[in-house]
Amino acid sequence: MKFLCVDCDKQMSFEERQLPGDGTLAATFKCPKCGRVVAMLTNPMETQLVSSLGVEIGGRTVPAQPLETVRKMVSTGREDAFDDGASGVGRGTSWSPEATERLSRVPSFVRGMVKRIYADYAKERGIAEITPAVMDTARAELGLEGM
Amino acid sequence: MPPIRTYHDLTDADRSGLPEQIGAQRKRVAERLAGVGRVIAVMSGKGGVGKSYVTAHLARALGRSGRAVGVLDADLNGPTIPRLLGIDHFPLPTSQRGIDPPAGLDGVRCISMAMLLEDGAPLAFKGPSAESFVWRGAMEASALRELLSDVAWGALDTLLLDLPPGMQRYVELCDILGAPPAVLTVTIPTPESGDAVRRAMHAAVERGSRLLGIVENMTGQGFVGSAGDDLAREFGVPLLARIPWHPTRETWDGLGGRV
Repeated sequence: MKFLCVDCDKQMSFEERQLPGDGTLAATFKCPKCGRVVAMLTNPMETQLVSSLGVEIGGRTVPAQPLETVRKMVSTGREDAFDDGASGVGRGTSWSPEATERLSRVPSFVRGMVKRIYADYAKERGIAEITPAVMDTARAELGLEGM
Repeated sequence: MPPIRTYHDLTDADRSGLPEQIGAQRKRVAERLAGVGRVIAVMSGKGGVGKSYVTAHLARALGRSGRAVGVLDADLNGPTIPRLLGIDHFPLPTSQRGIDPPAGLDGVRCISMAMLLEDGAPLAFKGPSAESFVWRGAMEASALRELLSDVAWGALDTLLLDLPPGMQRYVELCDILGAPPAVLTVTIPTPESGDAVRRAMHAAVERGSRLLGIVENMTGQGFVGSAGDDLAREFGVPLLARIPWHPTRETWDGLGGRV
């Protein structure tokens, strides 16, 4: 989908995506000429349809993870389906006790993938220890809503 | 108001890049399957004819003949291949490189939704239950795509895809692969099965798939008819095997030698 500022006859550019947590999605687009901003609001069914395609409005923020859509979206996954530790995910990155506790609350079906994303985020930015604050910043920066 | 420009008239760079994201997904599949000699979809328009049973035993026969074989259980809602291949070890080693598929009987590697779901649990997705028919098909297609692109098969001579009854998964597969896979069809002898399988074979031909041949399963007792011969004659393809109720290893090895 694309948005056109009819007055200016200019293609509007993506600005920001927000997932408020109620299953809906908000994405804003701005006219590069007049600065007008519009928001596209999708209902839960429309939001789900986008998710089901494995694409992200606003573009990807992290590399595609193995079985990403399956791990994020399947609700009946077995606890011991994946061994993400076998590859040494997060090795060399330390986690504060609070961050570890928070990570432990992530369902194990998806936990290893989430851990890898946070670890890569910290490594790329030279962050020595992952804390809840780092996780919050990463979530906001990378658009990891729901993780 | 002047005419509004159309979607294709707008060509500025788009940060979302949805077509590019879809393109990247397809590229991932192509790169992953670059090391696979051939992809064969085992299908039938009819349920209960023994597709999974034939798939598993064909894979084992190919494995015994020294070929590197993988099976992707594309029956996401009724997966049975791991049990047929004697695979019950979890969890799946996972890294950024992909999922390592476990090997079962006769060295056949396999990936299946059965390995990912709680025992006895149906495949269910997070999200709004109302109007789930709108998005569930797309979600299953994405799952199939990820099973193709994110499993580190390594070099394979043959990757068999065990499709569920009906044509939907086959159509999704064609879209994901970008080219129609070769097709092996399974029927039982009855004319009712023949009718359903005929429709599936016509659909496969229309999509451009090469028909490798037909396997007639469950022959010799109970089921009366000549669906295998009829379909083979009609489509000009070989009847690769008649599989009795209690096949021997030689039966399967014979089929493996003809596929």
